[in-house]
Amino acid sequence: MKKRILNQIRVIAVALAGIMLFVAAAKKTITIKGSDTLVILAQRWAEKYMASHSDVVIQVTGGGSGVGISALINGTTDFANASREMKKSEIDKLKQRYNTLGNEIKVAKDGITLYANAANAVDELSLAQIKAIYLAEITNWRDVGGDDAPIVLYGRENSSGTYVYFRDNVLDGNDYSATMQSLPGTAAVVNAVVKDKNGIGYGGAAYAEGIKVIKVKKDASSPGYAPTAASVKSNQYPIARYLYMYSRSKPTGAMKAYVDWILGPEGQELVTKVGYFPVK
Amino acid sequence: MKRIKRANFRLHEFIAESLIAAVAFTSFIFIFLILIFVFRESIPLVIGKAVDDVGNVSLRALFSTTAWIPVSNNPRYGIWPLVVGSIKVTLMALVIAFPISVLAAIYTATLAPRRVKEIMKPTIEILAGFPSVVIGFFALMVLASFFQYTLGLKFRLNAFTGGVALSLAVIPIIYTITEETLNSLPKTMTEASLALGATKWETSLFVLLPAATQGVFAAFLLGLGRAFGETMIVLMATGNAALSSWNLFEPVRTMSAAIGAEMAEVVFGDAHYNILFFIGVCLFIFSFSLNAIAEFFLKQRMMKRFKGGA
Repeated sequence: MKKRILNQIRVIAVALAGIMLFVAAAKKTITIKGSDTLVILAQRWAEKYMASHSDVVIQVTGGGSGVGISALINGTTDFANASREMKKSEIDKLKQRYNTLGNEIKVAKDGITLYANAANAVDELSLAQIKAIYLAEITNWRDVGGDDAPIVLYGRENSSGTYVYFRDNVLDGNDYSATMQSLPGTAAVVNAVVKDKNGIGYGGAAYAEGIKVIKVKKDASSPGYAPTAASVKSNQYPIARYLYMYSRSKPTGAMKAYVDWILGPEGQELVTKVGYFPVK
Repeated sequence: MKRIKRANFRLHEFIAESLIAAVAFTSFIFIFLILIFVFRESIPLVIGKAVDDVGNVSLRALFSTTAWIPVSNNPRYGIWPLVVGSIKVTLMALVIAFPISVLAAIYTATLAPRRVKEIMKPTIEILAGFPSVVIGFFALMVLASFFQYTLGLKFRLNAFTGGVALSLAVIPIIYTITEETLNSLPKTMTEASLALGATKWETSLFVLLPAATQGVFAAFLLGLGRAFGETMIVLMATGNAALSSWNLFEPVRTMSAAIGAEMAEVVFGDAHYNILFFIGVCLFIFSFSLNAIAEFFLKQRMMKRFKGGA
């Protein structure tokens, strides 16, 4: 009796394994890796897409734009998510290995958001002030209209595309102050600012929860804007940027279908839902 | 008939023996290969052939620059802030962990009633099996807020918080080795001391502890090595700002955390990549020599005991 049950279990196990192998073989797998800014959106896309396209498996991982692009160059991912453009040195490496220049797709727009603690008295900062804060030229909230308290800087690790974009576009290529604490992932930055009443941080708009969003002014006399759909779309928000997906060459087959879906109404609707802004 | 059987038997034995030997050598070979790989990747830096986007990076630049800004339009690779960071956090961890674990070891090895010992010892040893991510997470969410609130600190994440968290990882190591050393002391020692009129705690503190000095020292070194090489806890709890100040309450970036945070994104073959491996070599040499010294002391003590010197 016992033996029979055991045999039955065996048969079922073998059958199951066979089915799983068959299914795995029939499904097309797309791997996506990179930007932590983009990863929450990419996961939502993948879930929704897989729900209606059962023949495709999409694997999404984060790690930072640099990680994704390195993986694209090393051939371990199909798409690289990036919150910055590919550098020339990276394109050169692609060309060297695959003789392609890479294919860039703008999939969403993001306003880099300045996070402050909910108790912070400061409402808006100009780009020049933000720059001075991150270069540690301004070190007290008092100097930008807040309470008399030291400013504690939070930022991303140097593998982050946001780190590079912020440095090039807000700090004009200057290096961050050494006192900036670099944290892994935007969620960690937001978390730190939630807990630190003197903290300031930056990152994607979609992560802004439980904190105060500081309005950004282009210069001292212009009005301040929060990163909203309207201000990003009209380019009034001064630090808006595109989010990209890179592939080694022009996508075909299942990859192309996925990209088309992302850029279509269904994909772009999810962009707004997650907290970023549609490309068009 | 008998001879054939014996020959068969020997063949089995031979196969089994060589299989076990092969397995043992595999782990040896792995260590050796890792060693070669890590050293090889840092060689371009040592021979002055490390190149980044801007130009050549020399080994001397690592020690003469005072800033660690590897991803920049003007990259600088001074490892001094990282060394200071590692030393600060490690010392903090040991200052807390060493007295606690040695005293705990004295208590359970010599003073505690058996029932208390049976609960206490495994509990401390469970701490050794704690994933360091869990300790790091605990430090990040709980310890950091607690210390900032009670001590009124400017920075939530700093060397002090990291050091306290790290001590949780170091305590079981120092404790276990010290405890074992104390336990291995001959019973006659305790009996002689008590017979001469010493109290129980006098015996533990002034007779047994001095006799175990070498073991305690070895435990200290192994704890030091663990603290120096630990990555996850410091990565999560110290804030990772590469400052070269000796202020305990400022954030730090340790050598191991720099490797952990940056290795994933560097371009293979770049100067930054070579430098991270060079830091790895430094960590390796440091912990290797610590282990060697600790081993030496432990062995010497054992020898002494076998010779009847203790």
